[in-house]
Amino acid sequence: MFTKILIANRGEIACRIIKTARKMGILTVAVYSDADANSLHVNMADEAVHIGGSPSRESYLLSEKVIAAAKRTGAQAIHPGYGFLAENAEFCRMCADENITFIGPPVAAIEAMGSKSAAKNIMEKAQVPLVPGYHGEDQSEAVIKKAADEMGYPVLLKATAGGGGKGMRQIWHEEEFSAGFLAAKREAKSSFGDDTMLVEKYLTQPRHVEIQVFCDNHENAVYLFERDCSVQRRHQKVIEEAPAFNMSDELRAKMGESAIKSAQAIGYRGAGTVEFLLDVDGAFYFMEMNTRLQVEHPVTEYITGQDLVEWQLRVAAGEVLPKTQQQLTIHGHAFEARIYAEDPNNDFLPATGTLTFLQPPVESEHVRVDTGVRQGDEVSVFYDPMIAKLIVWDENREKALQRMAKALSEYRINGVTTNIDFLYNLATSKPFIDAEIDTGFIDKHQALIFHEDEQALAGELPMAALYLVLAQAQAAQKNAAHTNDPCSPWNMTNAWRLNEANIHHITLAHNNIEYPITVEQKRQASACYYLITVDGQTVDCQGRIENNTIYTSIDGYRSHATIAQNDNQISLYHQNGVVNFTHVLPDCGDANTGGDHGGLIAPMNGTMVSVLVKAGEQVTAEQPLMIMEAMKMEHTIRAPSNGVVDSIYYHDGDMVDGGAELIAFTPEDA
Amino acid sequence: MAKIISKINPRSPEFIENTQHMQKQVDDLKEKLAEIKLGGGERSRERHLSRGKLLPRDRVYALLDPGSPFLELSQLAAYQVYDDNVPAAGIITGIGRVGGQECIIVANDATVKGGTYYPLTVKKHLRAQTIAQENNLPCIYLVDSGGANLPNQDDVFPDKEHFGRIFFNQANMSAQSIPQIAVVMGSCTAGGAYVPAMADESIIVKEQGTIFLAGPPLVKAATGEVVSAEDLGGADVHCRTSGVADHYAQNDHHALAIARSAVSNLNRVKPVQMAIKAVQEPAYSSEEIYGIVPKDPRQPFDVREIIARVVDGSNFDEFKALYGTTLVCGFAHIFGYPVGIVANNGILFGESAQKGAHFIELCAQRKIPLVFLQNITGFMVGQQYEAGGIAKHGAKMVTAVATAQVPKFTLLIGGSFGAGNYGMCGRAYDPRFLFMWPNARISVMGGEQAAGVLAQVKRDQKDKRGEVWSEQDEAAFKQPIIDDYEHQGHPYYASARLWDDGVIDPADTRQVLGLAISASLNKPIKETKFGLFRM
Repeated sequence: MFTKILIANRGEIACRIIKTARKMGILTVAVYSDADANSLHVNMADEAVHIGGSPSRESYLLSEKVIAAAKRTGAQAIHPGYGFLAENAEFCRMCADENITFIGPPVAAIEAMGSKSAAKNIMEKAQVPLVPGYHGEDQSEAVIKKAADEMGYPVLLKATAGGGGKGMRQIWHEEEFSAGFLAAKREAKSSFGDDTMLVEKYLTQPRHVEIQVFCDNHENAVYLFERDCSVQRRHQKVIEEAPAFNMSDELRAKMGESAIKSAQAIGYRGAGTVEFLLDVDGAFYFMEMNTRLQVEHPVTEYITGQDLVEWQLRVAAGEVLPKTQQQLTIHGHAFEARIYAEDPNNDFLPATGTLTFLQPPVESEHVRVDTGVRQGDEVSVFYDPMIAKLIVWDENREKALQRMAKALSEYRINGVTTNIDFLYNLATSKPFIDAEIDTGFIDKHQALIFHEDEQALAGELPMAALYLVLAQAQAAQKNAAHTNDPCSPWNMTNAWRLNEANIHHITLAHNNIEYPITVEQKRQASACYYLITVDGQTVDCQGRIENNTIYTSIDGYRSHATIAQNDNQISLYHQNGVVNFTHVLPDCGDANTGGDHGGLIAPMNGTMVSVLVKAGEQVTAEQPLMIMEAMKMEHTIRAPSNGVVDSIYYHDGDMVDGGAELIAFTPEDA
Repeated sequence: MAKIISKINPRSPEFIENTQHMQKQVDDLKEKLAEIKLGGGERSRERHLSRGKLLPRDRVYALLDPGSPFLELSQLAAYQVYDDNVPAAGIITGIGRVGGQECIIVANDATVKGGTYYPLTVKKHLRAQTIAQENNLPCIYLVDSGGANLPNQDDVFPDKEHFGRIFFNQANMSAQSIPQIAVVMGSCTAGGAYVPAMADESIIVKEQGTIFLAGPPLVKAATGEVVSAEDLGGADVHCRTSGVADHYAQNDHHALAIARSAVSNLNRVKPVQMAIKAVQEPAYSSEEIYGIVPKDPRQPFDVREIIARVVDGSNFDEFKALYGTTLVCGFAHIFGYPVGIVANNGILFGESAQKGAHFIELCAQRKIPLVFLQNITGFMVGQQYEAGGIAKHGAKMVTAVATAQVPKFTLLIGGSFGAGNYGMCGRAYDPRFLFMWPNARISVMGGEQAAGVLAQVKRDQKDKRGEVWSEQDEAAFKQPIIDDYEHQGHPYYASARLWDDGVIDPADTRQVLGLAISASLNKPIKETKFGLFRM
């Protein structure tokens, strides 16, 4: 067994690998970019090597730097995790040249699976079922159309070099073929520089079911059963589960054996996943093979009781597989939800920011959280904005799903927008509970999943207002304790007035609607209570704060919620999810008016794509000055009025923080 | 410490009747104040708001640190004094926390007669400044005033305690390192222009605040120059050109935020130098005070029952409990601060006065603030007492009260008549604060006594002339005198003329005293040098 390995990755997977290595007594070396200097994976590893700038092309994708780090630290093997260099045959070859073990499949296997059409040819020969289709070299429209006509519509046109939905078209009728074909080719050409197309039968209600396989160097191969990853949005998995629902032992064995056949066809070694499309009639078709550890591997670990990273390390070190097929059984049911910094209500636009508050559910035999971030860490523009994987297990699907819903409701994050509410809505939707799932699930059930919680804020508004009042009192007492006048009644924040009710005026905004609230502070004997009025409705409240939790009694109804406050942003987490409020403070006007500051400000974090003007240039109102790319969108910065560009603070390719001044600008007549 | 054991029975019919009676008086007070707090009429308030200005009370509340208490002063000022209705004398004054610091706030109410100064407006403004000076509190002036009320100029302008004294005080407080901050949120004309000009730091709101010695009409009349108010003395002029103002504010809220940060930059530390104890709520509910104070003001009540509902833990260590029992003296704590309490429990005798003088000496020597609870018809009269030297014993107490340098706080909880008022630290004895309960009465003597004295004089005259004076005639003679005394001795009448700092709900006594004592501790307590005690 190795004594030291290097992990050529970051985030949760790097942390995940370190945990197993540590358990096995293996030293770990992390690599890190500028942005990751203080990341969790760096802290967890025994050693760490800086390998370059924040963009992954300057660090995590640089094979030479990773190998140099391994040599410098004397690591005998490299675990690539997933993504980055995990399926890079060239890197795999370089490892071999340097006599470093690549913890993954042989180069040939990576190469064989690298091209989709080549992979299908291999599988066809190995008698692995394929979706009926045409993968031929003759790319004339007539030949491809004939193939489509023969297999029957609908069909799917795909670019062989493709991925991510680019160069892909669904064709529902023969008449649409020609137009769709040309469009897909054009897109493929512009996206990949290669417009080779294939055509396949399009399954209308397919499920994405994948088989986890493992092979060693001693000609042993096993399958660790299946995962259902049908719930996807834009070809990205959202919630995965194992085992798949409605799966007979017979079908499971058939798919498992097929998967092993696929792996053996390419001389596989280590962990791999064979992805199949499963049709409603029980027919299944090979899609592709991923030659790495999958993001969703923990669900398999939960139901089999195995540690797949440990298996990877043992296999890479030349050991035989820890279990035979007969020794492997399924126990219970597991789900994984991917917690992302993204805005589901805005086309899943990635979000960035600081995790000002991070409180995952408590881990147990039922709940596992794989993460690479801590409270206070940044979700940056440089990497995949996944915050964590939440994995749950229980005896059966129904119970496991209840665990998932509860754990999601307990997951509390503030500082960045997340998909937690979206996941919660999904996991608690009836069709998901009833396992009426195929790959079109999210599109089909949009209304169910994306519903804004329309329930009146009758409970949450008073709770948030009371929190502000109580937190203010608590902060004041804390401050007072440090003065030489700690008991002064002036330290109280009870809004006391002479011969008048003691009323706090608070304005909270939710979804840009402002709610003026009054909180009247009253006393009866020595107990404080509050009459809170919103929209003419008054409720009688009592409450207290302990740490981040507010316990309230509102008109006799007792409940509690966790509160995260970041400046004037207040997030209230209770059993139904999160409600976000903005504490609206008095408008102090725009301090920058008066013509003294004319600078232009970056709308958000991003990259400068192009600067269109020079310093000293005279520009007219609305003239484009620079183009920034942020969140995969381009933003044009325009001149606010006629004037002169005095200086330019950023240049092409620079990273820009939101709020940074981009250009010094003097308007005319100023 | 010894805890006072209350002997009252909250279920007794007297208690219930007393409660109802006091409740009525408190309700009446709050009702009248609710009206007064609106300020000027609805139309002038609407006009004020339509200009994008905050109402003066909202300005004050927005200036305060969030949640800060506000100890408002002289709420009833000018109540039923002038033919015009001048609510609160057109000015809001009080103490509140700003930037973590207790400050005096003086805010003109432009919705009341354009914020002009009536004689009582001046008196109220000066009283707030006096409190600032005596207690070392920074002053924040929210200026929005047309200056002196011209029809009343003879009672506003020329005398020592008139308009000019405002600026005299500003200059002298600044000299004593008591910060003076002005926020110009409206007009600031003529004499008023000196408020920001004399301030240590001044803030002006754009397109709202103007500062000039003479407004556009006067300029036109004097020199023929035609100029707008904004160009004559707006924020741009004073922040960019003249330097009369230091900070340029976008709106009222912005100006108040600047004022808060100005205060937080003052670098002041409150010099509290006393043995503070942990705060304990009184053992008895403060609302019970309502039932303790008899409906009939001539009926006595045990003042310890009041003390038990004001001081920390109802703990009270009495001094000379067995001597001069009509004056209750003792040590207690209010919000953790040690206090000496001097409270009437009947008429003052020679012994009570000597005991009071002794106790005041103790407190002055130990630098313990003094709280006076006045319920006094006066000193005992009669041959025996004059011969016993009650005048010199009373003088001892008056000397002690007058010269004691510890902060003094006076509360009128019942009658305040004659020399009793002096010995018990009436307004003339410079208590830092003086408040009244709605049931209290203040006059040189009781209405009955005054009518009796005057009737006796008249009867003597009539007797000399051999005239007959019937019982009914005497009663008819006495009634208007009694009525006058009742009217003029009423707390509203007193408070309207600033003989006190306000009428308070008895249930708020502890809170008000706590805030007042704490505010007073911004000034270090001085050594006392007493006057000569006639032995």
